[in-house]
Amino acid sequence: MGQHLLILPILLPMLTALVILLTGQVSSTLQRQISVASTALLVILAVLLLMDANGGQISVYALGNWQAPYGIVLVLDRLSALMVMITAVLALGCVLFACAGDDARGSNFHAIFQLQLMGLNGAFLTGDMFNLFVFFEILLLASYALLMHGGGKARIGAGLHYVVLNLVGSALFLIALGVLYGATGTLNMADMGQRIAMLEGDESALASAGALLLIIVFSLKAAILPLYFWLPSTYSSAAAPVAALFAIMTKVGLYAILRVNSLVFYDSTALVLIEAWLWWGGLLTLVLGAVGVLAARDLRTLSAYLVLVSVGTLMSASGMGHITGTAALLFYLIHTTLITGALFLLAELIGLQRGKAGTRLVRARRLRQPALLGGMFTIVAVAVAGIPPLAGALGKLVLMQAADETQRILLWPLLLMAGLTGLIALSRAGSVFFWASHKGEPSGPFIGRMQLSGVTWLLISAPLLVVLAGPLSQYTLATAQQLASPQQFRDTQLSSAIEPIPSASNASAIESDGVDMASTEKGDLP
Amino acid sequence: MELLFSLVTGVLSGSGIYLLLRGRTFSVIVGLTLLSYAVNLFLFSMGGLHTDAAAVIGASESPADPLPQALVLTAIVIGFAMTAFMVILAIRARAEFGNDHVDGKQGDEGVN
Repeated sequence: MGQHLLILPILLPMLTALVILLTGQVSSTLQRQISVASTALLVILAVLLLMDANGGQISVYALGNWQAPYGIVLVLDRLSALMVMITAVLALGCVLFACAGDDARGSNFHAIFQLQLMGLNGAFLTGDMFNLFVFFEILLLASYALLMHGGGKARIGAGLHYVVLNLVGSALFLIALGVLYGATGTLNMADMGQRIAMLEGDESALASAGALLLIIVFSLKAAILPLYFWLPSTYSSAAAPVAALFAIMTKVGLYAILRVNSLVFYDSTALVLIEAWLWWGGLLTLVLGAVGVLAARDLRTLSAYLVLVSVGTLMSASGMGHITGTAALLFYLIHTTLITGALFLLAELIGLQRGKAGTRLVRARRLRQPALLGGMFTIVAVAVAGIPPLAGALGKLVLMQAADETQRILLWPLLLMAGLTGLIALSRAGSVFFWASHKGEPSGPFIGRMQLSGVTWLLISAPLLVVLAGPLSQYTLATAQQLASPQQFRDTQLSSAIEPIPSASNASAIESDGVDMASTEKGDLP
Repeated sequence: MELLFSLVTGVLSGSGIYLLLRGRTFSVIVGLTLLSYAVNLFLFSMGGLHTDAAAVIGASESPADPLPQALVLTAIVIGFAMTAFMVILAIRARAEFGNDHVDGKQGDEGVN
């Protein structure tokens, strides 16, 4: 059981999705129970994996027992365990919320939701480049369907753009993989990194081109500066639980960037270029996100731009290029993902009680439960804007400390300014929602038990992250150190494999390596 | 053969990108399809171009790399599914908006 634990986060959602599909439209209660139970189980699994990875060792699961670098492997290190954990926690909040009725607005919500989780977990756990592509496609296809859940003009319009953009992204992904495979003759991440380090001349330039193409694809998913235009309309038009789950989607791109930077391109000439681009792109995204936050006329759009601000923050941290920066980034990432999810859910609750005005920032009827919603809104606003005592402030503090002398000049003012704009925009939104309402009796519906539990589950993370800040920051620091030394990652995976070819000029030998065992890739075929 | 192959890939992706930038969902879909053809051809060639070399060990002197063929098969299947999804989505969008512009608005720039 122990050794198979690694594949369960992928198998469990897949089987759950199948079971839910098989039960058909028999009973929506049954579907909900299965979905919630499975997601709760996923949280437990994630905790087990996290404890497993916390020791510092890297576990490898070779699918079909085909050893790396020829077979496809799943790899669990601190980073993947952390990402699976965040996904599971966020997903449980979303699925609880959805059970209140959002899932009934279209067909097969829970099945698609589970498939999305499968794609996310797979992308976080895989140690193979092409497998990463396959899991990206799974999570994207599920996200297309989830985005369209409930229908309506806005969703179809945003969905069209989102789908086309991501299909182009997938095409680029394949081109990048083709170039990288052509240059290195392997698809295993660890092996590829090793081979790239040995490349010379034209081959090395080719690998750099592939690396940069790959970063473009991941930047599209992460919504960094020139590639973010799809995000605000997509996130603000999706159904609340979907938008909340999408808070992890931009982080998949970020995860992929962190992973390939540390494992594949750590020795490539392209890394300097990549880090420079991430740094400047991240800062500019931060600025534009902050402008968007101020300009938004709707709480959902505002939240979408807040996602952009957090993407900009994280990206600029990933471009810092040192261990403390990565550690700070990971700490901030936990907080920002969960809180953004909570914000999207809360926006829906507020919108429900305001009747036709919804989440638009206009005067509308009074809320039925102003104290409850207002209290939760305050917590979220404080956390998002990054004011003490909640974890947002801590996250920003470690980020600012992590920046070195030259980086501080840019990062400090921009980060603090973005926090200020977030604070201004959220307090304006709060005053409109809770104080500037029409006279008269409130008539909106009460908040359902499930909705409340979903939001609360995510909101608890805000104080919890402060309480656990010590162990968590140790964990993220250890994660960053682990990322910075890819040797361990390689050794665990490639220990049983054939020794790498020492000379890069011996290209034909590398080629034939790919030939010999490449049929093991059949595991990839549908 | 290399020249012909690269020309075909280049022309396909060029036309694909041109069509992708058009304002109508139909041309966008055709553009995406062309682009994915180009990508598939490109992937196929990443193990090197050989003639008379089946991807089976022992069948010929120097067998071709079978991995790109496996990858391209996966890419074709995924691309096919995505195109099907995109077609359905375009039909939905046509029904919702009443026109086939990608933005759902019949602007001046959309008339062509």
